[in-house]
Amino acid sequence: MSTLKLKLTRFRDRLSALTKVETWKQAPKNIFNWFKSLSPLEILAFALLILFIFPFYIVVINTAKTNTAIIDSPMSQPESWSVFVNNVQRILDNDRLAYVNSLFNSVIITTASLVLIGVSSAMAAWVLVRTKTRLSMTLFLFFISGLVIPFQIVMLPLVTLIRVLENITFLPWRDTHHAVIIAYMGFGAPLSIFLFHGFIKSIPIDIEEAAIIDGCSRPQVFFRIVLPILKPIFVTLLVLNGLWIWNDFLLPLLVIGRGGSTQTLPLAVANFAGGFVRQWDLLLTALVMSAIPVIILFLFAQKHIIKGMTSGAVK
Amino acid sequence: MSDQQRIPVEVKAEAMNDVLPTTESNPKRKFSLGKKAQDRLWFWLFLAPALIPFLLMVITPFIMGIYFSFTNWDGGLNETEWIGLANFRALSTDFRFIYSFVRTAIYAVGNVILINVVAFSLALLVTRKLKLQNLYRAGFFIPNLIGGLIIGYLWSFIYTVVLTRGLSLFEISPLVNENAMLALLVVVTWQFAGYIMMIYIAALQNVPEDLIEASQIDGANALQRLRNITLPLIAQAFTVSLFLTLVTAFKQFDTVFSLTGGGPSISSPGWLESVAGLETSRTVEFTRLVTVQIYNWGFSRGNFAQAQAQAVTFFIILAIFSIGQVYFNKKREVEL
Repeated sequence: MSTLKLKLTRFRDRLSALTKVETWKQAPKNIFNWFKSLSPLEILAFALLILFIFPFYIVVINTAKTNTAIIDSPMSQPESWSVFVNNVQRILDNDRLAYVNSLFNSVIITTASLVLIGVSSAMAAWVLVRTKTRLSMTLFLFFISGLVIPFQIVMLPLVTLIRVLENITFLPWRDTHHAVIIAYMGFGAPLSIFLFHGFIKSIPIDIEEAAIIDGCSRPQVFFRIVLPILKPIFVTLLVLNGLWIWNDFLLPLLVIGRGGSTQTLPLAVANFAGGFVRQWDLLLTALVMSAIPVIILFLFAQKHIIKGMTSGAVK
Repeated sequence: MSDQQRIPVEVKAEAMNDVLPTTESNPKRKFSLGKKAQDRLWFWLFLAPALIPFLLMVITPFIMGIYFSFTNWDGGLNETEWIGLANFRALSTDFRFIYSFVRTAIYAVGNVILINVVAFSLALLVTRKLKLQNLYRAGFFIPNLIGGLIIGYLWSFIYTVVLTRGLSLFEISPLVNENAMLALLVVVTWQFAGYIMMIYIAALQNVPEDLIEASQIDGANALQRLRNITLPLIAQAFTVSLFLTLVTAFKQFDTVFSLTGGGPSISSPGWLESVAGLETSRTVEFTRLVTVQIYNWGFSRGNFAQAQAQAVTFFIILAIFSIGQVYFNKKREVEL
């Protein structure tokens, strides 16, 4: 309580100091001193940061220009940001991009795939760890072998397979949400099962045995006891699979097709760019609008994302 | 059967059997399974949601793909004819495929070296006690969040408009002449270095402070500390990073697709003409990596069976390479 009071008085002192003229006279000197206090390493790091961010900066300022202004002077500051609003409006109205619809598809496909991959892989990994037979070991290795399969070897037959499935099941598969989501469940299973498997092995079985004695059925043991313990690895997988699925281009290109009614954002951008390669004003605005959702998410969940991506890679 | 209190119900059913000798009068007896059968049922029920999509969407097309590479498949549902190794034999004179493999190898080597050097330097830089170190880390990492496709379009703007027209750094866009490969490597380094940097940072932070301090007291300079203490302790991070960058290099597709589309076209170099037995000079594409070649040969040119044979070859080489690399690094780690 007393520390809070102390902080409050300090804060009040600082506020009153700010309102005095003398403080402001000192300010330029302070900034200069602050710069002088920076080590050469700090300046180097800062310069590199500017270099890394420069492409974003240049793209963002050019979204507020007309196409001719971009070609004439890509480096200049935009004259008015109302052009940006205009460009955004033109993007929203564009049929090839279908921004709202594509954003909706991306969100649906990513969230559904993430939840389903997470739960199905956790379930599979759990029974594979807890069943100690040669069959379960073989099945585990079978799943893991999927990690070595590059997408290129399955991509040509996948298109044929989708057509075969339409013929067999009499249901639509091409350009549907469920086809893409099931495909992601299949391609996401190896890594997710591998990570869950390693984690579950470290959970003592005693907790589950106690639950069974208390009368829990097997689904209850899994959903009420095991799944909550898996939360950290679940978050890692949300990040790893989330970035992969959100940004993926080739799989939706083959299962949905460019300009399909369930096209995702990367597909929409490719579809759009195919028609408007020289219209930089629209293309840049489209790029910014499709990159912005992930960047916003990153600003909110920075710690989780960085931790998830690095721990996923090391394991 | 009720899912609650499974074991007591079974016990009760058996107890009731003793009292009631006719099993027909007790419907519960019919549906109760033995403990073993029940275990097996739950095993498959829990496995199915992951196993079925995996079998359907990964294993089925994988097997189809290997089968199709031995046939004259046309990409459709028509009858195919078994033609043995003909597709694979044709690869030895397929100058486009050979060239794309060489380009991929060059790209992969450049990719692994550039990304790891940049990422490790950045990691060393931001683990020093800097005032804004969290900002630097986030800033270097951000390009990694954006998909390769969007990054390709973004950089095609940077190269053709900003650097060429705006800043006049180049006379013509580097994407249309033989600088294209270097231009591509710069883009992927910008994209992945921040991610690999995070792996190195995580490893560097695990190096115990007291070891560094002890070596300082013993009089080791910065370079000696790096070589004799830091590097051996983070050997595992090197394994992970080298492996990751190598595999991503081989699988690279999106960024090339949107940045250069495989171009620019050049006339085939002399060595390729002798290797593939060409009589006249042909045009090849400078940044057409194997993945782009497979995509192009199948979907754009319609040579599905040949493209599939290329994909199978790509898979085998990738598998051998990654297993070999892991083995090599594990051995090194032990030696260190």
